[in-house]
Amino acid sequence: MIRFAAPLGFFLLLVALLGYGLSLDPKKVPSPLIDKSAPDFSLPMLDAPSRKLAPGDLLGQVWVLNVWASWCISCRAEHAIITQLARENLVTIIGLNYKDQPQDAVNWLQQFGNPYTTSLIDLDGRVGIDWGVYGVPETFIIGADGNIRYKHIGPVTQDSLDNKLLPVIRALLG
Amino acid sequence: MTRFIAIFLVLFMGTAQAVIEAYEFESAQTEAEYNQLIKELRCLVCQNQNLSGSNAELAQDLRRQTYTMLSRGDSPAQVVEYMVARYGDFVIYRPQFKSSTYLLWLGPFLLLIIVLYLVIRKLRGSARPLEVNQGAMAEARNLLLREDDEK
Repeated sequence: MIRFAAPLGFFLLLVALLGYGLSLDPKKVPSPLIDKSAPDFSLPMLDAPSRKLAPGDLLGQVWVLNVWASWCISCRAEHAIITQLARENLVTIIGLNYKDQPQDAVNWLQQFGNPYTTSLIDLDGRVGIDWGVYGVPETFIIGADGNIRYKHIGPVTQDSLDNKLLPVIRALLG
Repeated sequence: MTRFIAIFLVLFMGTAQAVIEAYEFESAQTEAEYNQLIKELRCLVCQNQNLSGSNAELAQDLRRQTYTMLSRGDSPAQVVEYMVARYGDFVIYRPQFKSSTYLLWLGPFLLLIIVLYLVIRKLRGSARPLEVNQGAMAEARNLLLREDDEK
């Protein structure tokens, strides 16, 4: 019996490893930006294109950057959740309007409601590249020290809001 | 039949000609570097394609970024560094050799050494002559002899 213990143990270890591998989502690539300083930008606001906003202006407060676009279908799905987060009144929510037509974006916000303190126009997606955005929607949580603390890839669901985003935000708010 | 051939051709035309932008390069070397880079960088939207094989918007943007950086004189290593800083190690098809990837690079050799060691040990074991318990051997001889006597 003993001589089968080693191969059996090896087999079970392999099964456990492969099983763990199945539970991972290969679509979710961990961001190297976590715990690093938020990449700098200076972008015009959608509601006031003559004014610009930079991450430095938000230093000292916890804020959320939500990457969205009017052409993005899953952004509609998460819109209600982002709105719910806005109603909690915990953090400033900045929208990054990624590779969109400004007029389409304005119409979209009029149609579905505007949970954002302001949205910034990233017309050619350059700021998106700097933030490592590869799929819209994406949501970043930035601490008062200006470092990115959390990144959520894909639409925020009720579950991810309650169990991931809100705990991170509450911890950052202290 | 010709219709089927036509459909077949249309289906496979797209895959052969994925890269559509025509960039102008200052030198043949830059162009070679560009072509090499877009082969080695992964498109994160369609993860099993490289930048040169993907038509996703992000792939187009990253190709443009690669072109812009090379044209302004950045080295291929700088482009790779730029991409890794934003998208992580996953963006490169050929993982760098660093502390977090030592196991990845050296693991197969380590495994080979272990297996070789086990195989050699096993082979040596079977080649060695059987160790015989001399006491048992003597007893067996006695028994055989006694049997002969009893006849």
